[in-house]
Amino acid sequence: MSNLKKLTKMRLFLPIFSMILVMAINVVYDIASGNAPFNFFTISLNNGVLYGRLIDVLNRGSEVAILAVGMTLVVSASAGTDISVGSVMSLTGGMCCMLLAGYGVTNVSEYAMPLWVGIGAGILVACACGLFNGFLVAYMNIQPMVATLILWSAGRAIGLLLCNSQIVYVRVESFQKIGAYVGAIPTPILIAAAVVIIAALVLRFTALGTYIQSVGINKKASRIAGLSSAKIILLCYVICGLCAGIAGTVATARIYSADTNNIGLNMELDAILSVALGGNSLGGGKFNLAGSIIGAYTIQAITTTLYALGVSSAQAPVFKAIVVILIVVIQAEPVKEFFKKRAAKKTVEGGVQA
Amino acid sequence: MKKAKINNNNVLLLITIVLFVVMYLAGCVVYADKGFTRMQTFLNILISNAGLISVTCGMTCVMLTGGIDISVGSLVALDCMIMAVGVEKMGMGSPVLMAFILVIGVVFGAVQGFCIAYLEIQPFIVTMAGMFFARGMTAVLSTQQISITSDALFTKLAGMKVEFPFGGYVNTKGILQVPYVRVTVVVALVVVLAIFFLLNYTRFGRSIYAVGGNQQSATLMGLDVKKTQLKTYILCSFLTSIGGICFCLNTMNGTVGQATGLEMSAISSAVIGGTLLTGGVGNVFGSLFGVLINGTISSLVQTNGKLISSWANIVTAILLCFFILLQAVFAKIKERNK
Repeated sequence: MSNLKKLTKMRLFLPIFSMILVMAINVVYDIASGNAPFNFFTISLNNGVLYGRLIDVLNRGSEVAILAVGMTLVVSASAGTDISVGSVMSLTGGMCCMLLAGYGVTNVSEYAMPLWVGIGAGILVACACGLFNGFLVAYMNIQPMVATLILWSAGRAIGLLLCNSQIVYVRVESFQKIGAYVGAIPTPILIAAAVVIIAALVLRFTALGTYIQSVGINKKASRIAGLSSAKIILLCYVICGLCAGIAGTVATARIYSADTNNIGLNMELDAILSVALGGNSLGGGKFNLAGSIIGAYTIQAITTTLYALGVSSAQAPVFKAIVVILIVVIQAEPVKEFFKKRAAKKTVEGGVQA
Repeated sequence: MKKAKINNNNVLLLITIVLFVVMYLAGCVVYADKGFTRMQTFLNILISNAGLISVTCGMTCVMLTGGIDISVGSLVALDCMIMAVGVEKMGMGSPVLMAFILVIGVVFGAVQGFCIAYLEIQPFIVTMAGMFFARGMTAVLSTQQISITSDALFTKLAGMKVEFPFGGYVNTKGILQVPYVRVTVVVALVVVLAIFFLLNYTRFGRSIYAVGGNQQSATLMGLDVKKTQLKTYILCSFLTSIGGICFCLNTMNGTVGQATGLEMSAISSAVIGGTLLTGGVGNVFGSLFGVLINGTISSLVQTNGKLISSWANIVTAILLCFFILLQAVFAKIKERNK
């Protein structure tokens, strides 16, 4: 009994448990529908590239995983969420493709500008968006959700403006490669891995992670202890913007076009959900990057599973909503207290009987 | 004579009203040749935003308690879909469906309010889940666009005009055009008045302000904070359902993609109208003007004809930014004066 309790108290329990649950559902589904029982885990080599549902989850989940890195830091430092990331992704894609194709051109097979200029400018714009959000939150003391609401609605609109309300196609191989394959492995997986590893190294080998947590736990105390709380919050938002920029570039390259209306749509919700699923408190403070990343892939696994079960992409949100509510209700203080009291009552009664 | 006290909160409302008047007059001057000066143009803004006005009233109440409800857009879509599926696929009468939609609103709000008030979960997260849920349920009902055509009463309601005895003009064919509003506008304005009365002259309304101003002192005053929060979320979803019916009367169909971003329009309207995001300060009339400003912006962009429609979003976002900063500045001044 106490072992089970220890297990559930572990920080990574929730994300790993949900991941295993999703995989188990897949196995059950495969058995029920007469497929090989471990269809979900089979990885094969087709036409020289890796192929399989697991690879698909890893590949499609790259954007959410990248976003989750930035979102974790933002949630930790400012006890709020950045809801503009989806729009910023779309803006990045718009900026990137607009520069690569030239303004007003909708279909090119040759760059109007070197590739690095387009991608660089796109990511720079995303960082600027992060800077704007961070400034409002850190220096103007505006609630994070409301501050990011501005770019939530403006980001996509500016992206549309840059692309002249059209879908801009960039049909050049080196650009498509970012969203396709390097050798046998999908490039987005490599990019996501690189982002996660760099973030993990920075947080592990510098004091930044500790600083962020300390600001999140108590902003005032951290300031008195000599940390520049505002600067750290600002930095978190810029990192979040950077992550949104990278994710936006990947999402754009995947479809080698700036479909500004659809890139990153509802992505902010997935990112926030992965942070919550990762066992992080949305009230700020301590964070757990590994949890968020596992959370991100779990969400993608849920989505992929739902599609496999025949649920349409428009209906999938119902299940996501139920998952969110279950997670937050389990984490809610009054619910925890209720179960604690019940457990205590049980022990008392048990003691009397003995 | 007692001088009307001008405090920061009144200033925000005043700025909003002045901004609306200036913006509208500017539109009249620039687009006089395109019929912007006609009374009908103004009434059209009201007609196309009738649903939003009702939704914004609910949003204002929730924001007054210091919370937020981002599920409203999806709930409106769900309402429209229930109406469409009910009328077209199940052959139910529209009065039954309207009552059903209102009940759904109350239940939806009760669940959200319970999670927020009694389980102490952040409003944003709860209503985000509500948003997912409502949008997904819309798709579960139907993924197609269903037009509402077969219900006589509903079609009649949608087509009904409330005409004005003045302000008409003669069009190019020599026929007198009388300005009119739809039934939805009447409903929306009644909602505004009712909520104004509720907020200012009832026990419940005053406790909303008290809870939003300072939860601790509200508790010390003997108010049931949790119950007030729960009731406010129920009120918000109920008003959203009324808004949903108005919205449906305007569009006469149900689709999954309906009313996307409506929650943001409602929030930005309330903020522009002077409702403080931290709660405790705000006014439904301000919110009404907030909606009108939003409506004027999109009307101006439409009248121009050459601008891409996303300009309306950008201008609204800039305004929102301006008002949020203004609020922050006022908050700082208030703190310094303490």
